[in-house]
Amino acid sequence: MSTKHHLELTQVGIDFPTPKGPFTALSDVNLRIKKGEFISLIGHSGCGKSTVLNIVAGLYQATTGGVILDGREVDEPGPERAVVFQNHSLLPWLSAYKNVELAVKQTKNGRNKQQIRQWVEHNLELVHMSHAADKLPAELSGGMKQRVGIARALAMEPKVLLMDEPFGALDALTRAHLQDSVMEIHAKLGNTVLMITHDVDEAVLLSDRIVMMTNGPAATVGEILDIALPRPRNRIVLADNSQYNHYRHDVLKFLYEKQRKVGSVDDHRKNSSGSHSLGNKERSKTKSDAA
Amino acid sequence: MLKQDVIPMRFSQIKRINSRAVSSYLGQAVWPILGLVIFIGLWNVLAKNVDTSLGQFPGPVAVWEQANVLIEEHQAQSAKAEMFYERQEKRNAQRVLNDPGYEPKIRAFTGAPTFFEQIWTSLYTVTVGFLVASILAVPIGIFCGLSKAAYGAINPLIQLFKPVSPLAWLPLVTMVVSAAYVSDDPMFSKSFITSAVTVSLCCLWPTLINTAVGVSSIDKDLLNVSKVLRLNAMQHVFKIVMPSSIPAIFTGLRLSLGIGWMVLIAAEMLAQNPGLGKFVWDEFQNGSSESLARIMVAVLTIGIIGFVLDRLMLQLQKQVSWDKSATLR
Repeated sequence: MSTKHHLELTQVGIDFPTPKGPFTALSDVNLRIKKGEFISLIGHSGCGKSTVLNIVAGLYQATTGGVILDGREVDEPGPERAVVFQNHSLLPWLSAYKNVELAVKQTKNGRNKQQIRQWVEHNLELVHMSHAADKLPAELSGGMKQRVGIARALAMEPKVLLMDEPFGALDALTRAHLQDSVMEIHAKLGNTVLMITHDVDEAVLLSDRIVMMTNGPAATVGEILDIALPRPRNRIVLADNSQYNHYRHDVLKFLYEKQRKVGSVDDHRKNSSGSHSLGNKERSKTKSDAA
Repeated sequence: MLKQDVIPMRFSQIKRINSRAVSSYLGQAVWPILGLVIFIGLWNVLAKNVDTSLGQFPGPVAVWEQANVLIEEHQAQSAKAEMFYERQEKRNAQRVLNDPGYEPKIRAFTGAPTFFEQIWTSLYTVTVGFLVASILAVPIGIFCGLSKAAYGAINPLIQLFKPVSPLAWLPLVTMVVSAAYVSDDPMFSKSFITSAVTVSLCCLWPTLINTAVGVSSIDKDLLNVSKVLRLNAMQHVFKIVMPSSIPAIFTGLRLSLGIGWMVLIAAEMLAQNPGLGKFVWDEFQNGSSESLARIMVAVLTIGIIGFVLDRLMLQLQKQVSWDKSATLR
């Protein structure tokens, strides 16, 4: 029993059924995360980063091993492991305020009506979106939608904040703004964060540790890099920092030398799209099993 | 100096925008009007060349005349009915005066229903039939969309009954209603129930299928959001499923209403149930020299009502839909 660990992934593996027999996407993923740590998962696309996150979120069920959060096994999705989805996933028929409010109402924590309103407003303020509270997602830019998505996740007061390539669909400038916001929020709230990314700079800038994943099939944790840069971090100052560049170099070396994709681009595409659709099947299967 | 310069410029801008808006509006109206004019012209020319045993095929003018005649007939009939009730009231008052123990009876006017009364009957019937079908079809559709098992169980039935013309059901419905709906003081007439059930039977399928498809194709990410938020079944349906499948549900509803209206007219003709269909059939059997023109009035009325019903559904969809930017047509 290790009580000092907040979030533990032990021997996590997952098989997806295919017509040719089970396909092992992940195997032997081990990870111990301390409270308040900011962890990035990086790896080539299709390597199973998102699958790891979905297992922690409870959206997928691991075939082997398991996830333990604060001494309890994770077996279903829940607001204590809030997810920021890559494409924001706001309900398009609700305003920014109502989207956050829905999350707050689901995780009341004994709040009355007025406190609910204050908490929604507080979280929108945190991501600098108070001015657009009454706008529908369609009226917001991509970056603003993602901010509201983060506000919604934070409003659930999660033990772990899971972010699935949260800035992947944004332009570089917007991405930088949002990264700064996330660092600011992390400094203020001290959430445990597990973030998927494919951006080396993002990983080094934001993380306490970078978990680098090997290529699939049977992907697993390749190396873990501690980022000992002092916080608060400033991207402009760090651009010239030799230690920062050294970390970048390490990650790049892992991705492009040790785990270089050998297949052609077409193979790669086939693999990644294949594993994605398999993921859907698996999810519906586990759901019907549970029922 | 500067201010004076600015203001006239703004005015001229506004004028320009307005005139442009008006002309574009006119431009849009030109083509439908042109289409109608060409149609009426062709109709006029072709009608003169078609001779039937009931005389020449009615042209626009004859139809227009008969439309006016139908209005007059309706007015005359309502005047008659009014007089009938007035007389009855007087007579009853007189009898009560003579014999205080007498309880006055009100007898309904028995004159033949006019064209407008038939329109009303048909509209009422289609509304009730459509509403009953929708109240059944939307929840069942949602259920089928959510549960693969339910869809698997119900899908064969849908596939089996969807292609059946509701008119084939009509004799069965008539007999069942006659046998099952027995009451001394019926709230609805049997003919009304028969027609409404027939409409319901054909309104079920498009709504059911479209709802099920809409519900089963909800964005996977939104379903994940629902799971992470741990929404319960009711919340899931009302917060996630219903809003995202509104376009599909309305597509089904509009198809249903259109088919229901068409089928109702046919059912009324076949079963001699009161309504526009009966009006058409009666005129056909009547076979006077005006009959064809009167039927033509009914045909156009049926078309206009069908169009209006669809527009009403569209307006309703616009009211309910969250996506105000979507172009609905």
